[in-house]
Amino acid sequence: MIGTIAWKEFRSLFASPLAWVILAVIQLILAWVFLFQLSQYMDNLPRIQQLANPPGITEIVVAALFGFAAILLLMAVPLLAMRLFSEERRDQTLTLLLSAPVSTTEIVLGKFVGLLSFLAVMLGLCLLMSASLALGGTIDWGLIAANSLGLLLLVGAFAALGLFISSLTQHPAIAAFATFGALLLLWILNSLVQDPNQPLLYLSLMKHFDGFNRGLIDTTDIAYFLLFAATFLTLTVRQLDAKRLQG
Amino acid sequence: MTQTPDITLSAHRLTRRYGTAVAVAELDLELRRGEVLGLLGPNGAGKSTTMQMLTGNLAPSSGSIAVCGIDLLEHPKRAKAKIGYLPETPPLYRELTVDEFLAFCGRLHKVARADLKNAVTEAKARCGLADMGRRLIAHLSKGYQQRVGIAQAILHKPDVVILDEPTVGLDPNQIREIRTLIRELSGKYSVILSTHILPEVETVCDRVHILHHGKIVFADRIEGLRRSRQVENLLLGVARPPAAETLGAVLRAISGVQDTQPLDNGLTRVRCAPGCSPAEAIAQAAVENHWGLTQLSPERTRLEDVFAELTRQDTNTVAAA
Repeated sequence: MIGTIAWKEFRSLFASPLAWVILAVIQLILAWVFLFQLSQYMDNLPRIQQLANPPGITEIVVAALFGFAAILLLMAVPLLAMRLFSEERRDQTLTLLLSAPVSTTEIVLGKFVGLLSFLAVMLGLCLLMSASLALGGTIDWGLIAANSLGLLLLVGAFAALGLFISSLTQHPAIAAFATFGALLLLWILNSLVQDPNQPLLYLSLMKHFDGFNRGLIDTTDIAYFLLFAATFLTLTVRQLDAKRLQG
Repeated sequence: MTQTPDITLSAHRLTRRYGTAVAVAELDLELRRGEVLGLLGPNGAGKSTTMQMLTGNLAPSSGSIAVCGIDLLEHPKRAKAKIGYLPETPPLYRELTVDEFLAFCGRLHKVARADLKNAVTEAKARCGLADMGRRLIAHLSKGYQQRVGIAQAILHKPDVVILDEPTVGLDPNQIREIRTLIRELSGKYSVILSTHILPEVETVCDRVHILHHGKIVFADRIEGLRRSRQVENLLLGVARPPAAETLGAVLRAISGVQDTQPLDNGLTRVRCAPGCSPAEAIAQAAVENHWGLTQLSPERTRLEDVFAELTRQDTNTVAAA
């Protein structure tokens, strides 16, 4: 059942021009960043090689690429997630799912997996660009793997929050902006908090992604993202059930 | 159809409150296999709320619902599998084609992969969508979208089909087609239909419940209504009316006429004896006397009377109900 709903979401996303536009714009910007970083690396190659412990091409090009992709997805996910429940409630199509013999959990997970699959396509494009570096030199596959895993966990967290906010309102625009605001706040939290021992700092998404970006796979960070996604998915299920009870 | 009609859907003391407002109060409902039940009521009477509860879209404040003996609140998945629902706004994904959409609905309702294609073809054929399979739902007219909505509701061969105002917004031809379709469906499934179009109920339903302020204020079989309709008043309009007394005397002389009553709008109400239809004789009398017959029609149908009487907004009726 989850698969059926996920597949339908995936198809619907590709049927809408919004998804294609987002895909195209992000790809264009990322390609630009990729080429820019590459030419920077090439131009500065003589100087880089004089350093005692010179950074590799992967560190300079790929890490920057994924870091940039994270920020772009922070803006794109709210736009993609807004339709999941807000639009269904606005068009009153949610009734179809609610009257079908599927549980609320299956509906929520189906939609989450559907969106995540679409985001994985985007991730795949990033990955292909990075892998193309292998044509001209040796690259650090471990760093690419860490970045990919980090980005996947990160967008999973984005998508879960977006899904939850989308279930709160009938207006897709409100859902999109509220999600964007919430994500941005969580992203820049570490620059807003002065005291490094503040527990609030622990919530910063950027701080947890940073490790992956540098090639460090930390279970704390993995747990953080998984818990983050699980929390908001549970809240979404609760929210939908409450709708049924309260009307 | 089975000989002893088994109960496909039953609701017991169904109540739904929104805060302090009561939308549906202590509603009892029973549906037999092969039966079409009409749910009638003015706007805001609780028809849609009732249907939402019957389909598990809304939890009742109290009361119970059983679909083919399965409790909807305790085993929602098993019970929902036996229901097909078309809400007021057909829940269509406009970006999908008719085939894609119906296949998705089939999978949602756990139609086996092997049967899916047949089920979709059959549902399309029943709803007159055979050639529309590859069209995008967004490009279909309202009438066809409504048909896709109905196809979606019957696709998985449910025991109970619940249709919320299925003919709203359609043109007269489409309305007739949809009604024919509903009559056809009743052979296989039980159907609940909500509407505020009275003739629809009379042509399509076997039984009718009239809802007012969340309560059933009238429940009867349509045949019962038809029988009582034979006592009916006629409205007579003539271009050159004689004096009221002469007119009355001539009409009362016709067999089957009990009484006449001149109305404010220039028409005359002719009360007929039960089981008689003196319309032909009245027309003849009008011709013979050169009145210039302009109108001879049955007065409001019986159901309309019942409906108007039961759902009038004045407080006395409400209190009495």
